[in-house]
Amino acid sequence: MSEQIEQAILRKYDAGFVSEVESDTFPAGLDEDVIRGISAMKNEPEWMLEWRLQAFRSWQKMKEPDWAHLGYDPVDYQAISYYSAPKSMKDKPKSLDEVDPELLRTYEKLGIPLHEQEMLAGVAVDAVFDSVSVVTTFREKLEEAGVIFCPISEAIEKYPDLVKKYIGSVVPRGDNFFAALNSAVFTDGSFVYIPKGVRCPMELSTYFRINELNTGQFERTLIVADEGSHVSYLEGCTAPQRDENQLHAAVVELVALDDAEIKYSTVQNWYPGDENGKGGIYNFVTKRGVCERNAKISWTQVETGSAITWKYPSCVLRGDNSVGEFYSVALTRGRQQADTGTKMIHLGKNTKSTIISKGISAGNSSNAYRGLVKMGPNSDGARNFTECDSLLIGDTCAAHTFPYIESSNPSAIVEHEATTSKVSDDQLFLCQQRGLDAEKAVSMIVNGFCKEVFKELPMEFAVEAGKLLEISLEGSVG
Amino acid sequence: MLSIKNLHVSVEDKEILKGLNLEISEGEVHAIMGPNGAGKSTLGYLLSGREGYEATSGNVVFAERDLLDLEVDERAQAGLFLAFQYPVEIPGVSNMEFMKESVNAVREARGEEAYTAAEFLKLAKEACKHVNLPLDFLKRGVNEGFSGGEKKRNEIMQLILLQPKLAILDESDSGLDIDALKVVAEGVNSQRDGKRSFIVVTHYQRLLDFIEPDFVHILADGKIVKSGGPELAKEVEASGYAWLEKGEEATA
Ligand SMILES: Nc1ncnc2c1ncn2[C@@H]1O[C@H](COP(=O)(O)OP(=O)(O)OP(=O)(O)O)[C@@H](O)[C@H]1O
Ligand SMILES: [Mg+2]
Repeated sequence: MSEQIEQAILRKYDAGFVSEVESDTFPAGLDEDVIRGISAMKNEPEWMLEWRLQAFRSWQKMKEPDWAHLGYDPVDYQAISYYSAPKSMKDKPKSLDEVDPELLRTYEKLGIPLHEQEMLAGVAVDAVFDSVSVVTTFREKLEEAGVIFCPISEAIEKYPDLVKKYIGSVVPRGDNFFAALNSAVFTDGSFVYIPKGVRCPMELSTYFRINELNTGQFERTLIVADEGSHVSYLEGCTAPQRDENQLHAAVVELVALDDAEIKYSTVQNWYPGDENGKGGIYNFVTKRGVCERNAKISWTQVETGSAITWKYPSCVLRGDNSVGEFYSVALTRGRQQADTGTKMIHLGKNTKSTIISKGISAGNSSNAYRGLVKMGPNSDGARNFTECDSLLIGDTCAAHTFPYIESSNPSAIVEHEATTSKVSDDQLFLCQQRGLDAEKAVSMIVNGFCKEVFKELPMEFAVEAGKLLEISLEGSVG
Repeated sequence: MLSIKNLHVSVEDKEILKGLNLEISEGEVHAIMGPNGAGKSTLGYLLSGREGYEATSGNVVFAERDLLDLEVDERAQAGLFLAFQYPVEIPGVSNMEFMKESVNAVREARGEEAYTAAEFLKLAKEACKHVNLPLDFLKRGVNEGFSGGEKKRNEIMQLILLQPKLAILDESDSGLDIDALKVVAEGVNSQRDGKRSFIVVTHYQRLLDFIEPDFVHILADGKIVKSGGPELAKEVEASGYAWLEKGEEATA
């Protein structure tokens, strides 16, 4: 395959700048005092600290998982700082005018203006910088609808009953190695509560930015959609270009009560490291949602960044007739490694799930889909459809598919389709013969391959995802 | 506008074209016929710059430029168009988007302004009707699930939209029913404006009944062995290529 394609895919990382802000950063290292320190910085109640400490104690007994198709040097958990916040955030700015302009500039540079009048009208943003939330926009407007959208640290203070009831209810604090670590040291993230029967009037979004060197980001997001409610939530992430690896271990919990619907979309563009594999974010994420009766959770992810991605957004379809969806595009290039997929756990009757996974590998990267479909004994009439497509660009990359199916109900139906294809010389030649350069040609072919997933993204994110893959906008066909 | 002199072309170290000469002026239609494997498609690929097709000697001048120095996309931008014998599918990329990007890439390379989505949509709809394809073909993936004949008509639609200086049609008539053949021929004829030139590769006289060529060439064993007017195609239709070998023996 021609060198042009390789070049085309080795795109520059343009979110790689560092912001000059003074920060309060904990010294590297992790012990109970560090956890007490984090909890104190956040003015947390005693029960929260206790919860963290118990998570920490179980984490200490756990071993880092090694079953994923990933190879990386062991992480030294004592060499990381677990808390870093811009000094200017200490006094909790009341309004945007009080926020350090350098912080606002950072988000502006990333294409996320935080002044409400400049923003996309339909999107409320929670901007998280290292370990703290900088600002959450459109809060009043959301409050009118009864929607709570705030940093989780604030929710612990203001809505302790809600947090206490649901935190750890989907991803228990000892669920897995990384989830336990997160439970012990999580700093910020978003909390969302949509009351009964409310359709959230705007898209909610959180934008995560890692800035400090040698600092891990451990955010925790909790979304509760009460009966019959509806919300669409977006998540974006970037980090500076650095030679050192940085750790990101997040937990996201979704609770969709009866008849509720949650749509959760991610565009993950953490720094992927350079072409030789130096630097980049280690992204170990636990995302899971529980669906009660007739509820629906839809995960859409576009994963283009990180040196290592370990991530399996999952649905526990507990209620009858509930629906789980997973739409994923994972692009790896250079020396990136991704092991990502989903789990669909069918417990209720007539539960349905759909999995569409598109893996694109280029350069010397490795891209694995890992998915579990489990049909429980009471899942009468349950159905799953899985489609797993891999696209290879060049001859030095690898794609793997690990589908697991466990069925304890003979009436449940599981369908699995998988394809592997290459960007062919014929396709490339056709595009170039029509006047397109190689770079444009490749991104167009890749865009076409991802079409089924991109159409699941909310408009604003479809645009960002498109740009990420250097794709121009869709022609409007009447 | 196109001048090919003593062109030798190898594919995987095998010589396919062995000293081919061809001169094409503005506005002319040249038909190329010849037995299977003679090198007709090879000529089209070489001219458009496909990887793996190497000119070992000779030269090609196109629109006053040394064609062999240009990249594939630069040749296209310079006005060279190839309608493929076997058009490839690009799943998920809509025909409309593909053509809009192509046309705008070519326009921008020529210093012209890109079409807006609305402007292009109008042109695309016209072109689509012109080749008698339903409008939903604009939304479908490029050649995705198209029938053989639909693919060929889709190529002509691209020709109409791209407005090249020289169009090479590689067996655009093969596999077409008689109505589709007329549509393709009419599409080509509508683009004959006295300036645009064509190389029409075909095995059958019936296409040339509709697209009347100025010249007919017989390509055999990597060379043009005979050139003439439209009557030459009729001779081929009547008696095939058996005479070729005799002819060559006679000159040997
Ligand atoms: N990639 C390749 N590797 C080896 N040989 C090739 C390759 N491409 C073409 N050839 C050979 O070159 C010769 C000319 O092929 P070409 O496709 O140009 O013939 P053609 O005149 O277009 O034939 P047809 O009328 O059947 O379309 C054939 O013998 C073919 O096998
Ligand atoms: Mg041929």
